[in-house]
Amino acid sequence: MEVLGVAVELLAMFTGFGLLIGILFGFFGMGGSFLVTPALLVMGYDANVAVGSGLAFVFGTSVIATLKHRDLGQVDYKLGVLMIAGTTGGIEVGKIGLEYLQHIGLADSVVSIAYVGLLGSIGAFVTYTATTGGGGGLSHDVAASDDDADDIPPIARKIQSFHVPPMISVRGGFTVSLWMVLAVAFATGLLSGFLGVGGGFIRMPALFYLVGVPVPVAVGTDLFEIVFSGGIGSFLYAQSGAVDLSIVVPLLAGSALGARIGAGATSLVDEDDIKVYFGVMLLLGALAVAVRQVGGYLGVEVLDVVSLVIILGAALLVSGAVLVSSVRELRTDTDTSEPASAD
Amino acid sequence: MFGLESLDGNALAAALIGLVLAEAIVLYVGYGLLESALSERLSELIRGV
Repeated sequence: MEVLGVAVELLAMFTGFGLLIGILFGFFGMGGSFLVTPALLVMGYDANVAVGSGLAFVFGTSVIATLKHRDLGQVDYKLGVLMIAGTTGGIEVGKIGLEYLQHIGLADSVVSIAYVGLLGSIGAFVTYTATTGGGGGLSHDVAASDDDADDIPPIARKIQSFHVPPMISVRGGFTVSLWMVLAVAFATGLLSGFLGVGGGFIRMPALFYLVGVPVPVAVGTDLFEIVFSGGIGSFLYAQSGAVDLSIVVPLLAGSALGARIGAGATSLVDEDDIKVYFGVMLLLGALAVAVRQVGGYLGVEVLDVVSLVIILGAALLVSGAVLVSSVRELRTDTDTSEPASAD
Repeated sequence: MFGLESLDGNALAAALIGLVLAEAIVLYVGYGLLESALSERLSELIRGV
């Protein structure tokens, strides 16, 4: 059976995968989208289709997230526009690099290896900090991060001390060199264009740790910027037909619903309880891409299936943990409140 | 999908991205209405009250 020329099974699979990713994005505020491109690579899509469709998905997701945050007043539009300028340049260079690698037949290998490194290192960091009681990175939760708004990291203080004109004023009451902002934007744009990720999981901490932007403003500006970087990136790939709507439309439909469920779960479940699962999920994502790459190198097709099972299983495990914990918390709240009401 | 095969270049890109943008806005509004209509009932169902 087909809908608009696409098999129903494929649409259902992508909607379900989008739901899982949406729950993760809604709960953790980051990380969900950069499972998409590796999953598409594992499923055998060409690197440019996997990256282009991943960017289009990031664009759609960020539009929805920005609409949700538009009333928070946490967006520095001047900083956002500068970030867009730097990111656009980075995306163009990243795209050229990817096309060159495709021309010489190395695109799949290099993108896969870069993903293994990125997912693996972030996964190891999150898992380590979660198991040792550390913070595990920055939260996208604006309300939860208000307490840290005035704590400018030492590296950011150092960077702000470099007065390389022109200097610009940023919300939070300080000035920073325009060139530093553009450098951060260019580096994250490069990743967006090359790997098909929104770049938010790097850009938001970079705005805080390197530029010194207060976390709530970094979050809002990051979301505003991702709309444009994701839009520009996917437009560039769409020009050559590398955005596959049979992937993006069901993924977005599922993830928008999942994001609402995940966001609702944040008020029920302690993020630190789940963070270790998130780190393990990223590590499993890295393992999945590595297994697929080894399978391709050795010509063992069954490893592709193993890889897909690992990546879908990881997303299912963590989003399932979020849902189960939420339901348990809801029922616990009811159980503990009942004796009081009986009195 | 959606009969865009006849387009190419910028027209194709604009149509693809326009569709994704339109879907995002529809989903935001649609799921928002759904959430406000059903979230309380769903919460009560899970709590068993």
